[in-house]
Amino acid sequence: MTAAVLAAVLGTVLAGCSSTGGKRAEERAAREAAAGGRAAVNTPKWTFAMVTHSGDGDTFWDIVQSGAKQAAVKDNIRFLYAHNEEGKEQSQLVQSYIDQKVDGLIVTLAKPDAMKAVVKKARKAGIPVITVNSGSEESKAFGALTHVGQDETIAGEAVGDELNKRGRKKALCVLHEQGNVGHEQRCDGAAKTFDGKMEKIYVEGTNMPDVQSSIEAKLQSDKGIDTVLTLGAPFADTAAKAADQAGSKAEIDTFDLNAKVAAALQDGTLGFAVDQQPYLQGYEAVDLLWLNRYNADVLGGGRPVLTGPQIITKDDAAELASYTKRGTR
Amino acid sequence: MSAEAPPVEELASRQPVRGSLPRRLAGRPELGAVVGAVAVFVFFSIVADAFLQWSSFSTVLYASSTIGIMAVPVALLMIGGEFDLSTGVLVTSSALISSMFSYQMTANVWVGAGVSLLATLAIGFFNGYLLVRTNLPSFIITLGTFLILQGCNLGFTKLISDTVSTKSIADMEGFPSAHKVFASHLTIGDVEVQITVLWWFALIALATWILLRTRAGNWIFAVGGAKEAARAVGVPVERTKIGLYLGVALAAWISGQHLLFNYDVVQSGEGVGNELLYIIAAVIGGCLLTGGYGSAVGAAVGAFIFGMTNKGIVYAQWGADWFKFFLGAMLLLATLLNWWVRKRAEESK
Repeated sequence: MTAAVLAAVLGTVLAGCSSTGGKRAEERAAREAAAGGRAAVNTPKWTFAMVTHSGDGDTFWDIVQSGAKQAAVKDNIRFLYAHNEEGKEQSQLVQSYIDQKVDGLIVTLAKPDAMKAVVKKARKAGIPVITVNSGSEESKAFGALTHVGQDETIAGEAVGDELNKRGRKKALCVLHEQGNVGHEQRCDGAAKTFDGKMEKIYVEGTNMPDVQSSIEAKLQSDKGIDTVLTLGAPFADTAAKAADQAGSKAEIDTFDLNAKVAAALQDGTLGFAVDQQPYLQGYEAVDLLWLNRYNADVLGGGRPVLTGPQIITKDDAAELASYTKRGTR
Repeated sequence: MSAEAPPVEELASRQPVRGSLPRRLAGRPELGAVVGAVAVFVFFSIVADAFLQWSSFSTVLYASSTIGIMAVPVALLMIGGEFDLSTGVLVTSSALISSMFSYQMTANVWVGAGVSLLATLAIGFFNGYLLVRTNLPSFIITLGTFLILQGCNLGFTKLISDTVSTKSIADMEGFPSAHKVFASHLTIGDVEVQITVLWWFALIALATWILLRTRAGNWIFAVGGAKEAARAVGVPVERTKIGLYLGVALAAWISGQHLLFNYDVVQSGEGVGNELLYIIAAVIGGCLLTGGYGSAVGAAVGAFIFGMTNKGIVYAQWGADWFKFFLGAMLLLATLLNWWVRKRAEESK
């Protein structure tokens, strides 16, 4: 009986094969770009840990991790990772790594006040700390070696400049997490340098149909909007759908990259993307910790090492498409 | 709902009340919700210029339908006296299973959708079966399922695709036809209507038919109103409850396929919190939290009130920072009006 069912299922599966796309196409591509994974140095196997404020299932932090892991393999490092979006929980995770006497720590300071004490504790315990992504202002004061990341306000300002260059008049900034300080900074930065008018809208980031219908509603009620700016890559495509449904000709621009954004840039659905190169944030953080352990090197001279903003348009997108597909851009 | 169990024959307040039209209307659970919906509609027609366009109406309908598709079976479940907290992430699970199965097996996307249907129904069955076997509160059981599914969504996606979102399946065979069925839009006159609206209406019709015209409908009211009395007169309580969970799973599958074929990439962390929206819609629509009373049409109207309020605030161009405040205040007002109308109606009976 079971065998018969299994056979029937398998039969359907085989009969229903797709000759386009899917895993087979991906594997074909992967065979061509196989990379080796051996340590390039013979320093002892140190342990570095990274603790971020990421929520569950966040594409962006996935890319940061893959950068960190790549550097860890090269530098002969054992790499540990943990995350929690609550500041208090995040600091407890850091504490647990201090207790385990790791050789280096990488943390984000999205909620700086919650992290202050524990970062100082790490330093007292002789563990070098590098901050990434958020916390460029507090990093030095808390005693971290270096900060690696993008200044959100500067990134926003770059967007404003780019919008001016494109002759835009009225833009809509789509925030997918109400109360996220970094998101506010991006929109405010863009509004600061943008000569046109900028409005904000909050949408429920965990509910795609809501994101779509809210943007749709906004575009229908205000025909003057000629630009929609989303703050995360997954929302750009949805914004394009919303504009299409609302019969709006607004250009869609976005922060951050993924495979779909790269493809949409190429076919002209999107205007431009602002990349803060998350892969670089993970990679550099691990590499700088290694350099510090091995050679007492410090980068940045007390100032943040910026990984963005890099404005990506149609011209660059073709080159980046294959990297976004493998999840490193 | 009073504490004493009414006789089973009377549980079904669905039998049309004889008498004049107002009297018959007063006996319907969705009466208050309809009045609330009209009030919300009139209100936004006045304060928001863009609200009274056909295109806006279509947007509002789309927003309502994505909640409404789930609110209908959730309402039935609540009439049957149970809760389901796992519905929000179940929708995401359903979309993830379809997408990953098609992609990993390089199969026609319809095969993935079929596998997903079986898996989603199995999860619904699991909820129902565990409930009737243990007699634990459905709140606890589905809370467990909610967390398990949330973990599985993330864990399996990461394990299988090595990233937290699925790969695009837009270039695979079967995608165009599946997209037509689950995510296309029809042009009626010069208005574009999303196909989810049709799915929604079909589900309302089906659920209303089951509730009012079949024996199973009788059973649903009976198990929600007075389980023991129902069991005593021979209502198959366990079968009814499991069936209700399967209904929820079926709707979750439809929603999940819409999510997948409309956006063709699914983020594994999505869906958390949506279960509340479905329950809210059912409650605004007149379902009692204690079970035994409510209607599918009411839940649909509840979803419509939520959709109108949610988008109406955007059309009215009110301050974005205060969005949630307005949303809460408007919903509370609509529900209060709903409650007041129903009370008046009951008094006049």
